[in-house]
Amino acid sequence: MATTTMTMAKALNEGLRRALEKDKKVLIMGEDIGKLGGVFRITDGLQKDFGEDRVIDSPLAESAIVGTAVGLAIRGYRTVCEIQFDGFVYPAFDQIVSQVAKLHKRSDGVYTMGLVIRIPFQGGIGAIEHHSESPEAYFAATAGLRVVSCSTPNDAYWMIQQSIEHNDPIIFCEPKSRYWERGEVDVDNPPAGLFDAIVRREGADVTVIGYGASLKTMLRAAETAETEGVSLEVIDARGIAPLDLEPMVKSVEKTGRFVVVQEAPHMASIGSEIVAELSQKCFYSLRAPGLRVSGYHVPYPPTRIEEEYRPNVDRILDAVDRVMEFES
Amino acid sequence: MIGDELIQLVTPEGERVSSPDYESTLSGEAIFGMYRDMVIIRRLDVESTSLQRQGQLALWAPVHGQEAAQIGAGRALAPMDFTFPTYREHGIGWCRGVPPREMLRLFRAVSNGGWDPQKYRHSVPTIVLGNQVLNAVGYAMGIQRDGAEEAVMTFFGDGASSQGDVLEAFVWASSFNTPVVFFCQNNQWGISTPTSIQSKIPLYHRAHGFGFPGVRVDGNDVLAVYEVTRRALEQARVGGGPTLIEAYTYRLGAHTTSDDPTRYRIDAEVEVWKHRDPIERVKALLAREYHVKIGKFDEVAAEADALALQLRDDVLAMDRPDPITMFDHAYAEPHPLIEEGRREMIELGVSGGAH
Repeated sequence: MATTTMTMAKALNEGLRRALEKDKKVLIMGEDIGKLGGVFRITDGLQKDFGEDRVIDSPLAESAIVGTAVGLAIRGYRTVCEIQFDGFVYPAFDQIVSQVAKLHKRSDGVYTMGLVIRIPFQGGIGAIEHHSESPEAYFAATAGLRVVSCSTPNDAYWMIQQSIEHNDPIIFCEPKSRYWERGEVDVDNPPAGLFDAIVRREGADVTVIGYGASLKTMLRAAETAETEGVSLEVIDARGIAPLDLEPMVKSVEKTGRFVVVQEAPHMASIGSEIVAELSQKCFYSLRAPGLRVSGYHVPYPPTRIEEEYRPNVDRILDAVDRVMEFES
Repeated sequence: MIGDELIQLVTPEGERVSSPDYESTLSGEAIFGMYRDMVIIRRLDVESTSLQRQGQLALWAPVHGQEAAQIGAGRALAPMDFTFPTYREHGIGWCRGVPPREMLRLFRAVSNGGWDPQKYRHSVPTIVLGNQVLNAVGYAMGIQRDGAEEAVMTFFGDGASSQGDVLEAFVWASSFNTPVVFFCQNNQWGISTPTSIQSKIPLYHRAHGFGFPGVRVDGNDVLAVYEVTRRALEQARVGGGPTLIEAYTYRLGAHTTSDDPTRYRIDAEVEVWKHRDPIERVKALLAREYHVKIGKFDEVAAEADALALQLRDDVLAMDRPDPITMFDHAYAEPHPLIEEGRREMIELGVSGGAH
């Protein structure tokens, strides 16, 4: 087993490189992704090695990045679209919802919308407005799309490749605050299927479920809880749409209690969907209602106060306390 | 209203006029073929409107008045070219070989598309204004990467000309010099919105600002539309880049069968355009210059009637799909919510679940 340590940014870069090497129909398109290597350097060096026809520096127009990727998909290309920041994906929303999500259906299966839309999402980098949002629920709510999030370098390396090979359109959410954190990458064997949830830490008392940047926060909370005598089982959802519910159900049937963590506000969110599904599927195992630890229902705040907005260890542990203390 | 820039090869009276840049290359036989196309399209359009009025279609988007624009453009395409239509390109669909019954599946509300877009090299209908124009440019980028000598033509109207997607497509096509022809049918009205509040300049002038040529052609002159489009496609195929063609025409009918144009435009305007009818001028030309006899025109009318009756039969035979087919092709690969929906529908007994 060949493993190597690298950052998530490098793992994405290596994953993209491998996809470009494997399939000549794979293209990358986005703003500033060529010479600059992208504002986060995810595509660093790829244009130099694969040429301007395959790693395409685009004009600054998100609807066109996605809209032309649709035409390329009809022509048989697999384009990875880079959206520079979460808050800039909305000009492309029309193309994503009206064409990307629906053309396979509208063509009775003749067109395959094999394209990936990479979005650096969530906060935690002290940015200015529109650079820290969590738009995943908009896409998860649209039939025809699939949404995933990576949370470790190993996942980043494999999930980007699995997404590119997938025949449905994938909204690929990258936790930008974790780009520079290192981890082991096994370059021979993928950790799991693209949408599979993974139990990251086993525990007995409360199941804590989240994705993206929340994973690290959940694992910290689990360490702290352990010192207080509470055992948390931490699940990384990975697949956001569809959700891989089976490991979550299995875990909650064991613990009887669960908390969902996300940076998006809870209204009509992924967390709400998980609570609804687990309440239905684990009803007789539940010893407390499932709780959501989310961002607040406000526009993403100025980042000097973002740590009070994002779910942190204290807020997760507070929710854990509440489900532990619940008496039915 | 129509400036000197308008390219015209046949007047509304059916007389040839010379153009400094274009001349007709069509034989009498080819012109007669386009006359036939236009008559058939108009007849099918009338039949479809009737079918809607009789409750057999959910909606119909008439093409009445725009036959020359579509047939001239459609006949200029080479077999391997690819087209991206709106929901009104019935004439283009006809030229691409899409059976009329398949074009009506959308309007019968039994499909969101209707035909195999790869088979006919004619994409499925796009209803959201302007989306397809960007998709066409992307397809053209694929042609470039394949090194193929093919072109893409995409259609939109004066109504969509204000959409960001159309203008972004112009930028992309120009910057990447893609083999795409933007075919804008300026039919003067976007439902009730006149072209005058869509653009302060002639639409084809916009192309120059984006860095590629724009040309305005008499959209009711099938010979002129054919030549202008043919040249634009030829240039695109050999690396000459994009062209914007503004086919200056008129929507003689309503926007759709749900529209009532008497609320927003005056009869006198419609009358003016009726005198510029695209079919009558070709008929006059054929009679005068090629001595086509009345009997030949009657044969075409009879053929069109027969096709219309066939279309009516085909539409009436289109049954409601099995509800379970809604789950087909929502995704290309297995999806738990699709399986869940299918299972529920079968349990509810509303479908045999044969699909």
